[in-house]
Amino acid sequence: MIQSLRLLIPALALVVVALIPVFAPTTQVLLTLALAKSLAVLGVIVLLQAGQVSFGHALYFAVAAYTATFVGKVMGGGEIVVTLLAGAVAAGTVSVVVGLFVTRYRHIFFGMLNLALSMIFFSFLEKFYFVTGGSDGLSVARPTVIGLSLERGPFEAVLFYGSLGLVAAALFLTDRFLHSSIGQMMRAIKTNEVRLEYLGISARHVLLIGYVVSAVLCGLGGALMATAQGIVTPEYAWWIRSGEFVFIAILGGAGSIGGAVAGALIYESVRTYAAAFAADIWQMVLGFILLVIILFAPKGIMGIFQGLQPRAGSSRTRGGTKVEPAE
Amino acid sequence: MTERPLLETRHLAISFGGVTAASGINISIYGNRRLAIIGPNGAGKTTFLNLCTGYLKPHSGQIFFDGKDVTRVEPRLLVRRGVARAFQIPQLFTEHTVMENMLLAGAAASRRMSPFLPMTRIPERKDVQHILEMVKCEHLSDRPVAELPEGQRKLVDIALALALKPKLLFMDEPTSGVASSEKFEVLEIIAGALDMAGVTSVFVEHDMGIVERFADEVAVWNRGEVLFRGSPQDVLAHPDVMRDVIGEDA
Repeated sequence: MIQSLRLLIPALALVVVALIPVFAPTTQVLLTLALAKSLAVLGVIVLLQAGQVSFGHALYFAVAAYTATFVGKVMGGGEIVVTLLAGAVAAGTVSVVVGLFVTRYRHIFFGMLNLALSMIFFSFLEKFYFVTGGSDGLSVARPTVIGLSLERGPFEAVLFYGSLGLVAAALFLTDRFLHSSIGQMMRAIKTNEVRLEYLGISARHVLLIGYVVSAVLCGLGGALMATAQGIVTPEYAWWIRSGEFVFIAILGGAGSIGGAVAGALIYESVRTYAAAFAADIWQMVLGFILLVIILFAPKGIMGIFQGLQPRAGSSRTRGGTKVEPAE
Repeated sequence: MTERPLLETRHLAISFGGVTAASGINISIYGNRRLAIIGPNGAGKTTFLNLCTGYLKPHSGQIFFDGKDVTRVEPRLLVRRGVARAFQIPQLFTEHTVMENMLLAGAAASRRMSPFLPMTRIPERKDVQHILEMVKCEHLSDRPVAELPEGQRKLVDIALALALKPKLLFMDEPTSGVASSEKFEVLEIIAGALDMAGVTSVFVEHDMGIVERFADEVAVWNRGEVLFRGSPQDVLAHPDVMRDVIGEDA
């Protein structure tokens, strides 16, 4: 019963999000962009399980966005399934190489090394303008959808619902991953890396797997964002973009994967409407919200939400076993 | 003795600055026994454990486990060969429950890395449940380890090591931090579990009552050297041990 409730609430939330454009069609593009970003934030949340914060995950966002763009160009527009996949694979491949290096480090060193590498890629995108279009970036041709060429209107609708499906699948698979032994070993890195080694497990190996998973999620988000925006610029790899992912993760609730979507939707809404109605102070509004969250709701929006839920006695379930209240 | 030692060290030496923590230790540890290591503070007891479990690398000398040279083998690879360790301060995963800690150990032991099989449903669950019963902690399964008293944390720490199905277990002061009234009870449970699992053990201990009751053999450490080795009765009756280790005049 409680297990099915656990699935019911996210399912209801997805239905609500799916219905928003029906009543407010102008929000469709905004929501698609928020969903794309939520995939990247999900990637950041995966790493946060191991207690590691990356301030450079925009690297994978940009690698995938540019790869999707180039693949699209080579294919003369391209097919969305192929471009998204190519983006995710490229992000995953780069993350294996980078991960072998950065997973030797923890905490601030881990965070700053990621930042440094993403800024190297940012400079590369700016300087090699004859390939990357420099700071003007590249335009992304509208891809076909399973072979069909769609007009702008239907394409945006398909992209929105497709993104929603993709995010739902990503949430489900990430949830399964985090509850598996290897996902739990990621959490064990946060609390006791020494003991993990004394169980015969390489913490670096575990962190590398988590790092690649997180990069692939970020990559999917980046490729989707490029397709939705129709343009890629070096700004995709900028450190502020990485910071934004971490910001949204904290806003939504770093301990819960649903926080990625809740955080991204609220962040994008606040950003868009604050920019429209308070153009000069919208960053201040966001900063103030983050302060309030950190001070009063350190578990983010998801934490507030979970706090509001009735506690069915105190018998929570953990993977099917009943948890007795502490004596 | 023709029996091959499970673990053997030859001329094991290490020093930290001017302090010699191991100066040519030669010791053989044989199977199916409990060896207690005693000695004053700073004698190098924990250093010996750190050397044998790969945490420290000796400056010279060799360590053989099961007849193979393991001197520079990493801790996690030594674990896979059958050398486990329990810690003076229990090393647990503090955001997990007792059962989740055990399942982590169970998954680690069989290197179960399938990314979509929930940890709570891994086939090793039965094994680790049995080990929790062996250390009499089965009723604590769903309790977060962070809220357990020290004695139970010690037992879970040892249960984690036993879940790896080791051949040899090193324990650093298994009863330190445990209330004196519970020390015997805790060690009784540990000894029972070790016997049931058929694991050879080496433990550092300060409480001579415990040593006398639970050790098959005692080795006395002083200034990075093994001074004596023998049965608990012989060693504890030795006047030098009484004076240097226990601090009583013979």
